[in-house]
Amino acid sequence: MKMSQSPWLLHYDGSSCNGCDIEVLATTTPVYNLERFGVINTGNPKHADIFLITGGINSQNAPVVKQIYDQIPDPKVVVAVGICACDGGIFKECYNILGGVDKVIPVDIYVPGCAARPEAIIDGVQKAVVLLDKKRQQMDAAVRPAAGRA
Amino acid sequence: MSTRSVVPFGPHHPVLPEPLHLDLVLEDEKVVEAIPSIGFVHRGLEKLVEKKDFNEFVYVAERICGICSFMHGMSYCEAVEHIMGVEIPPRAKYLRTIWCEMSRIHSHLLWLGLLADAFGFESLFMQSWRMREKILDMFETSTGGRVIFSVNKIGGQRKDMDNSMIRSFLDIFAGMEKDLKELTGTFLNDGAVRSRLDGVGVLTEQQARDFGAVGPFLRASGVQYDMRTTGYAAYGDIDLEPITSNIGDSYARTVVRVKEIFQSIDIIRQAAAKIPEGDFAVPVKGFPKGEYMMRVEQPRGEACYYVKANGTKFLDRFRVRTPTFANIPPMLETLKGSQLADVPILILTIDPCISCTER
Repeated sequence: MKMSQSPWLLHYDGSSCNGCDIEVLATTTPVYNLERFGVINTGNPKHADIFLITGGINSQNAPVVKQIYDQIPDPKVVVAVGICACDGGIFKECYNILGGVDKVIPVDIYVPGCAARPEAIIDGVQKAVVLLDKKRQQMDAAVRPAAGRA
Repeated sequence: MSTRSVVPFGPHHPVLPEPLHLDLVLEDEKVVEAIPSIGFVHRGLEKLVEKKDFNEFVYVAERICGICSFMHGMSYCEAVEHIMGVEIPPRAKYLRTIWCEMSRIHSHLLWLGLLADAFGFESLFMQSWRMREKILDMFETSTGGRVIFSVNKIGGQRKDMDNSMIRSFLDIFAGMEKDLKELTGTFLNDGAVRSRLDGVGVLTEQQARDFGAVGPFLRASGVQYDMRTTGYAAYGDIDLEPITSNIGDSYARTVVRVKEIFQSIDIIRQAAAKIPEGDFAVPVKGFPKGEYMMRVEQPRGEACYYVKANGTKFLDRFRVRTPTFANIPPMLETLKGSQLADVPILILTIDPCISCTER
């Protein structure tokens, strides 16, 4: 089964300045229109395939991010949006920033920018979709080795 | 007989783009009490003034919040300019005014969209954000950025807008006005929208004063209070009357913000007519010494910036009191007695910006 037909997004604001968050929302609205790829922005982790996360990690939001990640069913792809989510960015030296999202959960795609531009976010999501299909195939092969070989 | 139960709201909730946690104490469906806990977005950027040069810190100040990024950067610069006794050229003041008002329009359109999303009117959300993109295009043309601009510096602006660009922006605004009237007409007159907003979360004038509300949340309760009338940037030369409503419910807050969009377009027109020719920055030498409290009107309300400098390139202290921080206590007051189903709308009507609140 191909997951790339309609991957659903979940967006969470780690500790970003809002800049990337409003750009993530802007990509789903008319001018950039991510929804033309069958993408829907959902609020429920159990419905999501792609986890878009903005902002760095601090000690209070680390368990929240971890919990949301665990709630998303497999296969899932994590996209770190913006330089803060990649490695802490301009706030790297702040006392309350532990670093990028990869400190607590595995990140598959890094989208650079401060703030990340909608074009870059769309590019990140498209890469995530390809990866999602690959992960799904691996899962199927693990469950049904014969079907996977065929 | 009703029993009490506690329902957690957030930190991850579909209606909020940002994390905010509330413990809602319910009696059946009625909220009896709301206990907030914040800190999910705390970065501690105020302390960075001890590590970053006061000129460099403009970029950090801009990133307090991506929605009002221009105003945060500008207010920090104005505070330091006051301490150093720098008089910026009049053209820079007018440029700041124009960019401030463009920020206000984009912020209010963003809020209208989120409100529509909160009561499930998806197409209205999409339309609001479609119109907001035109403002962002203008920002991109004039500053090079969509949400973070980096055009402020201590002593003026880094970029100028030439007069043909300002005229082209006025044409775009003239074209937008008709669309905006149609869009906001739906917000103000549609029966389905009004059924979600009318009479929801009433804040009386006395409550607004007692709990210290700011911005459109305060003005919707009938208090005429707008920091722009103090005349920072070029607002001293602009003719503006704070917009108020005396109903105090969620509908009144929507009306105030909708009218402010048109007021902002009017301010941009006034500024474009008066903008003088000349330089847009002056060279600044030396280091600041002293302290200053800067107060500005952001889309969400009054923000205060405190800067204390010691004569070196690093500041002693930088402190921000943001509008959402002031609006949380009155919001908790309006939550008491409301229905659980109205909680998301009530939280949204203060236009919460958690990243500036927690910095």
